[in-house]
Amino acid sequence: MRTVDGNQGVASVAYRLSEVIAIYPITPSSSMGEHADEWAAAATPNLWGTIPQVAEMQSEGGAAAAVHGALQAGALATTFTASQGLLLMIPNMFKIAGELTPFVMHVSARTLATHALSIFGDHSDVMACRSTGFAMLCAGSVQEAQDFACIAHAATLRARVPFIHFFDGFRTSHEVAKIATLGDDDLRAMIDEHAVHAHREHALTPDRPVLRGSAQNPDTFFQAREAANSFYAACPEIVREEMARFGELTGRRYRPFDYTGHPDAERVIIMMGSGAKAAHELVDHLIARGERVGLLEVRLFRPFVAADFLAALPATVRAIAVLDRTKEPGAHGEPLFLDVVATLYEADRATRPRVIGGRYGLASKEFTPAMVAAVFAELAAERPRPRFTVGITDDVTHLSLPFDPEFDLEPPDVVRAVFYGLGADGTVGANKSSIKIIGEQTRQYAQGYFVYDSKKSGAVTVSHLRFGPRPIRSSYLIRQASFVAVHEWGFLDRYDVLALAAPGATLLLNAPYPAAEVWANLPRELQQTILDRKLRVFVIDALDVARRGGMNGRINMVMQTCFFALSGLFPRDEAIAHIKHELEKTYRKKGPEIIARNLAVVDDALAYLHELTIPDRVSSSRMLPPIVAAAAPDFVQRVTAVMLAGKGDSLPVSAFPVDGTWPTGTARWEKRNLAYQIPSWDERVCIQCNKCAMVCPHAAIRVKAYPPAALSGAPLTFKSIGLKAHGGDDRYTVQVAPEDCTGCGACVEVCPAKDRTNPRHKAIDMVPQAPLREAERTNFEFFLGLPEADRTIASIDVKGAQFLEPLFEYSGACAGCGETPYLKLMTQLFGDRALIANATGCSSIYGGNLPTTPYTTNRDGRGPAWANSLFEDNAEFGFGMRLGVDQHARHARDLLGGLAGQLGDELVTALVDAEQHGEVAIAAQRARVVELRRRLVTIGDLSARRLEAIADYLVRKSVWLVGGDGWAYDIGYGGLDHVLAQGRDVNILVLDTEVYSNTGGQQSKSTPLGAAAKFASAGKSVPKKDLGLLAMIYGNVYVAQVAYGAKDAQTVKAFAEADAWPGPSLIIAYSHCIAHGYDLNRGLAQQKLAVETGYWPLYRSDPRRAGAGESALQLDSNAPKGRLVDFARNETRFRLVEQQNPARFKELMARAQRGIGERYALYKHLAEPFDHGTPVTPPPEPTPDPKP
Amino acid sequence: MDLSTTYLGLHLPNPLVVGASPLCDDIDAVRRLEDAGAAAIVMHSLFEEQVKRERERSAADLEAHVDAFAEASSFLPRPSEFHLGPDEYLEQIRRIRAAVSMPVIGSLNGITPTGWLDYARMIEQAGAHALELNTYYIASDPTEDAVAVERRTLEIVRAVKAAVAIPITVKLSPFFSALSHFAAELDAAGADGLVLFNRFYQPDIDVVELEVRPDHHLSDPTELLLRLRWLAILSGQRPALQLAASGGIHGALDVVKAVMTGAHTVQMVSALLRHGPAHLTKVRDELQRTVEQLGYTALAEMRGCMNLARCPDTSAFERGNYLRVLHSWRDPRANGTTH
Repeated sequence: MRTVDGNQGVASVAYRLSEVIAIYPITPSSSMGEHADEWAAAATPNLWGTIPQVAEMQSEGGAAAAVHGALQAGALATTFTASQGLLLMIPNMFKIAGELTPFVMHVSARTLATHALSIFGDHSDVMACRSTGFAMLCAGSVQEAQDFACIAHAATLRARVPFIHFFDGFRTSHEVAKIATLGDDDLRAMIDEHAVHAHREHALTPDRPVLRGSAQNPDTFFQAREAANSFYAACPEIVREEMARFGELTGRRYRPFDYTGHPDAERVIIMMGSGAKAAHELVDHLIARGERVGLLEVRLFRPFVAADFLAALPATVRAIAVLDRTKEPGAHGEPLFLDVVATLYEADRATRPRVIGGRYGLASKEFTPAMVAAVFAELAAERPRPRFTVGITDDVTHLSLPFDPEFDLEPPDVVRAVFYGLGADGTVGANKSSIKIIGEQTRQYAQGYFVYDSKKSGAVTVSHLRFGPRPIRSSYLIRQASFVAVHEWGFLDRYDVLALAAPGATLLLNAPYPAAEVWANLPRELQQTILDRKLRVFVIDALDVARRGGMNGRINMVMQTCFFALSGLFPRDEAIAHIKHELEKTYRKKGPEIIARNLAVVDDALAYLHELTIPDRVSSSRMLPPIVAAAAPDFVQRVTAVMLAGKGDSLPVSAFPVDGTWPTGTARWEKRNLAYQIPSWDERVCIQCNKCAMVCPHAAIRVKAYPPAALSGAPLTFKSIGLKAHGGDDRYTVQVAPEDCTGCGACVEVCPAKDRTNPRHKAIDMVPQAPLREAERTNFEFFLGLPEADRTIASIDVKGAQFLEPLFEYSGACAGCGETPYLKLMTQLFGDRALIANATGCSSIYGGNLPTTPYTTNRDGRGPAWANSLFEDNAEFGFGMRLGVDQHARHARDLLGGLAGQLGDELVTALVDAEQHGEVAIAAQRARVVELRRRLVTIGDLSARRLEAIADYLVRKSVWLVGGDGWAYDIGYGGLDHVLAQGRDVNILVLDTEVYSNTGGQQSKSTPLGAAAKFASAGKSVPKKDLGLLAMIYGNVYVAQVAYGAKDAQTVKAFAEADAWPGPSLIIAYSHCIAHGYDLNRGLAQQKLAVETGYWPLYRSDPRRAGAGESALQLDSNAPKGRLVDFARNETRFRLVEQQNPARFKELMARAQRGIGERYALYKHLAEPFDHGTPVTPPPEPTPDPKP
Repeated sequence: MDLSTTYLGLHLPNPLVVGASPLCDDIDAVRRLEDAGAAAIVMHSLFEEQVKRERERSAADLEAHVDAFAEASSFLPRPSEFHLGPDEYLEQIRRIRAAVSMPVIGSLNGITPTGWLDYARMIEQAGAHALELNTYYIASDPTEDAVAVERRTLEIVRAVKAAVAIPITVKLSPFFSALSHFAAELDAAGADGLVLFNRFYQPDIDVVELEVRPDHHLSDPTELLLRLRWLAILSGQRPALQLAASGGIHGALDVVKAVMTGAHTVQMVSALLRHGPAHLTKVRDELQRTVEQLGYTALAEMRGCMNLARCPDTSAFERGNYLRVLHSWRDPRANGTTH
C-alpha cells in the first residue's frame, strides 16, 4: 500500500503502458504529464523496457494530433488533459475513434469556462465529448482512478475503441490516499500482447502501405461510418472481461454498473464519479436504519449498455434520482438522466419507476451525505421535483433541494484534522508527509485533501486529513474536526477557523506571543467558542522555534511535530522517530546540513509547546474586525465580504450577476495585512525619483504632488515635504498602503537615495508593520483623498507616470511579481480608456480571480474594462474588441456627418478630425463629447439617440492584448501572428516569464537555452524563439523589448510609443518570476544583469523611424558585457542544470553565450541606418478585401 | 641543469607549481600547463561554507513556493539526480588525475570540524597527492583573542593530519602577531609544509554609490618581498617544514629569490592568468639559465642560502628598517600621471 494522489496513481499506470506521451499543461491534469516527464528523465522504463518519449506540444490540439500520429505509426500513446484542453482535442478524437484506434486519454475532469473560468472539477468537459466515439470510463476514487487506468488500457487494445478515462478534477486527481498500487506484474497480466501486436500490425508503414483519411462522398460515407458498429457492440463485453480479470488479479471487483444498497430498494440514486462515494456512505447509513435505498454507480458511461444497466438496477425500484455533475442549459435534462430515461422507457418492465434529474457539484462544489439525504428525501416525496439542484440555494428558479448542513455521518474512530496554513509556510507539504508516514507506517488508512485560495501571495491553505481503520470513502471536506491547527495567527481575524472544530476538539495555535499572553490576545468570539465547545488549546511560537533552528519562516517541521505529539495516533517517541526517518528520506539529496537543522527543530519543538489553561469566562476586550470597511459599496458588503470570509457557499443564486459581469475596483476592500515589514519613508533623504512607486507590484507605495492647502486636516504622522525642482510651493509625499503591501522589498531595492552619513539607511527602509498599521492606514486614507495629478500636464517619463493614478492595485500576484508593474504602468498611462483582452494565465488569475479584482476606476468612474476569453484565442479576442470599438467610432462619425447641420459644423469637424495623441488632445476630445451630448439632447431624431449610445467611442480607445509567453509564443502564436499581420491598432503586451508560470513552470518556446523547466528538466537545448524579430519582419509592427528593472525610462517610452502607433504594437516585457527560483527581492538586480550581459537586449523598433534614412530598430542597451553564467548562476532554473550535469551546463552556457554575441551582431546590423525607399506610414483603417 | 625539488613528499622536476585558482577548472588548460612545464597543480579551494550555502539556498529556492497554490504544486522540475556539494570538485580531481601525470594538490577551506575532516578525506579518496589547508579567516570577532584563532587552526591541522595519510600543508595569512611561534606550533601539530601567503579578496568601496564592491587584483612582483622575508625567517627556523611561496612570483628571478630564501616550490597564478600557460615555459627556461649563470649546478644548492640561518646580514630581515627604506624609495610615476 502506498499513499499517492489520483494523478500520480493514474500517471504511473499510463506511463508504464505507453510509448509516446504528448502533453500540454492544464490544471488539474498537469502533474500527470510532469510525472511522466520526470520518470522519462530518470530513464524509468515502461512495461516493454523502453523509455517512453514525452513531448510537450504547443497546445492540447497539438498534443492530440501528436498522439494521433504516434498511434498511426503503431505506437502505444497516451495523453492527459482537462476542460478547455479536452475541447481542443475533440477534432482529433473524432478521427482517432473513427479509425478504431486503441488509445486512452486520462482526464481529470474539470468544468468548462462559461460565465467564468474555474479550475475545479465537474463533468462538463467530458460530457462535451459524448459524440466523439470514445468509450468513457469513470473512476470515483484514487484507488479506482489507478485501477481504471489499467482496465482502460487493457480494454482499448482489445476493443479498438479509444477510451476517455476520467475522474473528478481536484477531488480525485489531487486527493492523497492510501491505495493498493499496481506492480509491473499486475500490468503485464492485464495487457494482451496479441492485441499490442495487432496494433503494431495496423501501423501506417511504407513496408505495407495503406491510406487513411480519405475523402468520401454521399454514396459511401454513411455506410462506411456504420461499418464500425460491431466494435462498439463488442466493447462493453471486453470491459466486463477486463474488469473481471482485474478482480481475479487484485481482489478489487468492478462492473460497468455497480449497484450497492438494499436488494429490494425502492429509491435509488444513479450517478458517477467521486460524489458516489458520499452517496455510498449515506446509503449504508440509511440501510442500517432499515430504509430500502440504493446507489447505482455508473463506471462505463459510453458505450452505454442498457441491458447491463437494467440488470444492475433492482426490479423493486419505484423512484430514481439521476445526478449529473454538469449543466446543459436548454436541454431536456442532463446527459446521464436522459440515458436513464430512454433506457427505462425501452425496458420491458411491468412498472416504470419515476425518474427525476438533478445537478450537483459544479466546479467542485461540495457534495456531502447531507445532500444525498436531501435527494432521497425528495424521492420519498409525493410529488418530487422533476428537475432539481442540490448543494446550493437557488432562490431565483427555486430548483435547489434544502439540506441539513449540520448532518454529519463520520464515525468517531476516524481522526479528522484540519490545518490552516499560509501558502509558503510548508503546511501542505508537512501534511502530505504526515499522510505518508501514517499511511505507510501503520495499518491506518489515510486521506488528505488540500484547499487553496486563489491568491499567489499570502495564500491560505486548508488541509483536511483523515486517518481511520477502514478505507476512507468520504469524498468531501471535513465538517467536524477532532483536531484544528492554525499555523498563522492573522487568520484568527480573517477566517472562522473554529467553524469546523468539533466539541472537545484539540486546537493548536501558532502564536507570536508567550503562552501566558495568548488567551488575552484572542478575540472575544474565539474565546467564547473555545469555552462553548470545551476545546483543548495548545500554543507554540513556531516562528521563534524555526528561527532558532535557522529555518527562516519554515514552520512546517515544528507544527508537524506538534500535530504528531497531540494527535494520539502514535506514542510520542514513536511519532518523533517516524518524522525523523521521513525527514532524512526527504532531504537525503539536499545535504546533511539541511537534515541536521530539521532534526534539531523536531527535537526542540515539543519543549516550546504549551497547553493553555482555559479560564472559565470570556475576558478579551478585542472583537473580530469587520471583513470589509463600512464604506464599501453595497455589492461588496453583500457578496464580496461573504466570499472573503470563506462563506461563499452560503450565497444564494440571486446574489450573482446572471452573465459573469462583475464590478471592478474590489481589491481595495480586501485588507490582507500580509507584510511583516513595510516600507517607511524618510522624506529628508528622498530624492523624489518615484522609482519606488514604479517598481511596486501591488501599487502599495504611491506618490503624489499637491498644493499645500490640501494638507489641511492631515493626520499628525502624515509626512510631506516640498516638491523638488518645481519652483512653486507644492508638497510631495511617498505613502505606503500598509495593509496592502506584501513586504516584497522591491521599493527598498530600487531606492537610490542613501543617507550619506549612514548609507545603510535609505529614503525607504523596511520596518515592522504591526506598530505602524493604524497610523499608516489613516495616512493612506488621507493620501487617497489628496488631489490626483492633472493628466494634461503630467510628463510621460518614469517620474511623471508615477504621479498618475494606478488603476490596477493590490492584486493577488506573488510578492515581488515581475509582471504587475507593467500592467500598473499601462493603467497609469492609458487605463481610463483601455480595453484589456487577457489570455488565461497568471495575469488572468491575479487580474480576474474572485473574490476581489485589482482593476479599478478613477474619480470619473473610468478605468480599464477587462475580459478573459480563453488561453489560445486572446489575440483574436482583443482584435475583435478593436474591430468592435472602431466600428462604433466609424458609426458615430457617420452619424455626426448626418447631424452636422443640427450640431454645428465646427463641433462635428473637430470631433471627426481630432488627432487624439496625448492627454491634452484626449481631454479636449472628451470635452467635445460632453458638448456633443449637451447638444444631442435637444435633437429629437433617432440618429441622435443612436449617437448618444456610442458617442464615447469618439474618444480614442487603447486596446491591450495581455498574456504570458505560454500564450504568445505557444498556444496563441498563430492568432497573435495573424493579428500582427492585420495592421490594426492593437497593443500586445507579453509578460514574458519564459515558462508557463501559472500551471507550474513548464517550458514554453520562450524558455531560454540552458534553463531547466518542467518538460526540460535537464536544461533546454534549443534557444528561445525570437518573437520580437519575427514581428519586426512585418515592417509595420511597433516592437519593443523592455525590462523595467534595468531601464525604466525605456519601458515608459515603449508603452507611450506603442499606444501612439496606430498599427499593431508588441511589447515583450521581461518578467522575473518565482519559477526562476530565487528570492524576488533580487528581481531588479537580476533584470539589470540580464540586460548588461546581453541576455535580454533592450530595443524599440518603430516603423515611424524607418524611411527617414534611419532604421526602425534602435538598440537601447549596450553591447553585452560580462559573462552570462554570472547571471544564470543566481537562478535555480539554471543552477539545477549544473547540479544535475555540470558538463552539460557548461556546454549549454557556452552555446548561450555565443548566441548572445550572434544576436547582438544581428541586431546591431539591423539597427544601422539604411535607405528604406518609401517610408512606412501608419496604416489607414482597412477596408475589407473582397472575398473569393 | 637539475631544477628538481621535493615538496610534501613529492619529487618534482622543478619548483613551478600552479597555485590555487580557476586554472584547474578546465582540463584542456591543465594539460597545457603540464605541457608548459608545471610541476604540480593546486586545486582551487573547496569552500565548505559555499557548499553549505549552496545546499541551503537550493533547498530554500526549491521549497519556497511548493504546495501553495491550487494550479501548481511546484514551479521547478524535481530532477531525480542532482549533485549538491563537493561532488563536482572531487570529480575534477579525478579528471585531472586521469588527464595529466603531474601531482594534484587539493585545497580545502572548512568552517566546521566535521567539514574539515569529511572533505579532507573525500579529497584524499578522490586521488589528491597532498592537501593544502586554506585557513582563510578574518578575525573580526572582538571577543576572540589571538590565542583562540591560532588554537583553532592548530586543532584543524592535528585533526586533519590524523584523518588522512597524504601530506598536508597550511596556507597562512601574513596577519599573525607571532608567526614564528605559530609556525613552530604548526610544525609540532604535524603540518608537512606551509604556503606563504594567502592573498585575500580585498573589497573596495564605491564612493559615489556608497557600496562595498568585492574586488580581486592579480598580484604583482612587489608582493614577493613580504614572502621573502618570512621564507627567510621560517626556513631558517623550521627546516622540517617544506615551504611554498605564493604571491608575487612572476618571473625567473622571483623564483630564484624565493628558493634562496628557503622555498621548496613557488606557486604561480596571476602571471599565468595574465600571460597564459606558455609563460611557465619561459620562466622555467629562464630559471635554468639564471641558476646556471649564478654558478649553481642544481637548484637545490641554492635553497635557503639567503635564509635567516645563512645570509650574511640578518638584520634586514629581522628589523623594520622602515625609515631608511621609505626614504630610499622613489615613485617612478612621481612626475607622470596620477593613478
